[in-house]
Amino acid sequence: MNAHDASPGTDHGSPTLSPLGYPTNLFAGKETFEGVNETIGSVVLRDRQPRPWWIGFIIAFMLLMVLFLAISWLLIRGVGIWGINIPVAWGYAIVNFVWWIGIAHAGTFISAILLLMFQHWRTAINRFSEAMTLFAIACAGMFPLLHLGRPWVFYWILPYPDTMKMWPQFRSPLVWDVFAVGTYFTVSLLFWYLGLVPDLATVRDRARKKWQKIFYGVLALGWRNSAAHWQRHQIAYLLLAALATPLVLSVHSVVSLDFSVAQLPGWHSTIFPPYFVAGAIYSGFAMVITIVIPVRKIYRLENLITLRHFNNMANVMLVTGLIVAYGYFIEAFMSWYSGDIFDQYMMTNRVLGPYGWIFWLLMLVNVVIPQALWSARVRRNLVALFLVALSINLGMWLERFVIIITSLHRDFVPSSWGMFFPTIWDWATLFGSIGLFLTLLFLFIRFLPMIAISETRELVAEPQKAMTL
Amino acid sequence: MAQIFSRNANVHARVTIFGAVVLICGAGWATNEIFWSPYTTYVGVPLNQPVPFSHKHHVAEDGIDCRYCHTSVEKSRFAGMPTSETCMHCHSQIFSDVPLLAPVRESLATNTPLKWNRVHDLPDYVYFDHSVHVAKGIGCSTCHGRVDQMPITWRVNTLYMKWCLECHSDPQKFVRPRDQVFDMAWQPPSNQKTENARLVGQYHIDTSGRLMNCSTCHR
Repeated sequence: MNAHDASPGTDHGSPTLSPLGYPTNLFAGKETFEGVNETIGSVVLRDRQPRPWWIGFIIAFMLLMVLFLAISWLLIRGVGIWGINIPVAWGYAIVNFVWWIGIAHAGTFISAILLLMFQHWRTAINRFSEAMTLFAIACAGMFPLLHLGRPWVFYWILPYPDTMKMWPQFRSPLVWDVFAVGTYFTVSLLFWYLGLVPDLATVRDRARKKWQKIFYGVLALGWRNSAAHWQRHQIAYLLLAALATPLVLSVHSVVSLDFSVAQLPGWHSTIFPPYFVAGAIYSGFAMVITIVIPVRKIYRLENLITLRHFNNMANVMLVTGLIVAYGYFIEAFMSWYSGDIFDQYMMTNRVLGPYGWIFWLLMLVNVVIPQALWSARVRRNLVALFLVALSINLGMWLERFVIIITSLHRDFVPSSWGMFFPTIWDWATLFGSIGLFLTLLFLFIRFLPMIAISETRELVAEPQKAMTL
Repeated sequence: MAQIFSRNANVHARVTIFGAVVLICGAGWATNEIFWSPYTTYVGVPLNQPVPFSHKHHVAEDGIDCRYCHTSVEKSRFAGMPTSETCMHCHSQIFSDVPLLAPVRESLATNTPLKWNRVHDLPDYVYFDHSVHVAKGIGCSTCHGRVDQMPITWRVNTLYMKWCLECHSDPQKFVRPRDQVFDMAWQPPSNQKTENARLVGQYHIDTSGRLMNCSTCHR
């Protein structure tokens, strides 16, 4: 596709560096079509999963049970079991919602934007991060619904011909959220499934057991690998990618408007949409790295997911992390520059108030530690990279905590100030949602090809595509 | 290698996909139908009562005013249900020993009120006041229909919030002169539009939209 993609003279198999000092090869060794099919396809077709899969799945499943317990108790007793009250009416539920929806952004960024930009290195991780996106949206979408006093009438927020003449309030960003997140989930699901179809056919054809043949056969929708199939598939895939691209920017912008449309100091800020989007991609890539490093190790995918992938992802994290740091700086600057005493007090309180230690922890884990990614040695050292990614995951959660809770707990009138303390049910719901996420992820690894087989075969056939700077 | 799927598989796939669409749309339509049908709304469904009281007989044939029995309709939130003594004003003299009225006589003798089955029962989270509606020129028949033609009473309106708001969003359509409120057969005049605009002004009905506030009814 791109003429300069090819860099002649580079030996396909050897670990060489590009002029900019990056590893150039997407494959560690000489890959063949059959090798690709076998490496990826065998994971879902084998009878026994490796021991780490079982350990991980059992832990995730237990956390999922914690979530069910927390939700059941919530439905019985109401949102009073959480630490929320006036003035902090938006507690962990909204922190977790924004955190998860942010994590959900890497998938579409990798799938759609990198696809349209011909970044072929995305192939090894796109399927995985798309699945992650879907599961993260599922976790995210749960929280605002649980945060409703009566979750069972959540459908009141949808415009439908009801008996109450209660049309949704379309001037409220909370209604925009429903549409933004709903659209995002639908498009992500279609995109993910469309990409899966040829791979499901590959798995179907390699399957030995009857139930596998039927299961993957039904899901493959009769894919016969014909040229006509491929032509339509590619058109549909590109169209969906083009549709999904604006969503990467719009969804988290809409989420940020939940805050910036409000009048509250600490929320009422125009920097929010771009800074939230950057933060979303930042946390999304951090989560991809956190999950891919152990999975690559367990399933021995070193040949397909190479250090170059980690290097590129670390670069994206470094850039978006700097944008996020700039956002923190501008927030502080604007509150001083505005001359508004409430805004200035909000910033002082955020840094030196009762939740000040969380702010400083945020600065450490989300701004200072990620600067290690400037070093190429850190970017290619998987242990170091894993730790940095974990630190960013924590940092992005803390960021939402700082924005939501420290802004709410002290507003204009000192008589209405208060404190927020999470309860055990707040923690149970947070860790339970991580359990839901991981359970779905483990099931995905077990039952669906986690790397795009057909796209990887394409790179094997046209290795020059894999040789970009 | 034997084929797993027969030639019919394509048909099955198409039927499944289109069937799912039809099924989902059909489920939506059916839900809507059920919610608007008498099965849910009880519109037009006569309720059994301890005594088969006929509004048709008492209002249309005897000409008794609504307020003879529903005494507090102009003064209170609750229109008021007649005491057994009220029934006995007449029925101690006429039909005084028919078996049909035995529950009324027993109620009087034992001093325990009759337990009527409510035809119009609003949920407890709705604040509704008869007196203000009567005072602002909303007639009985606007909500309760032609009670004078009902042998046994039934609902003519759903009491859904949507129905309440039809009038609260545009009271001009339903208002009538105060002296016509208890007239069962009242019909809007031909110059209703200009006349009703005048009435809305005269009765100080708030058209600023405040009648549509949540807290107007959910207090």
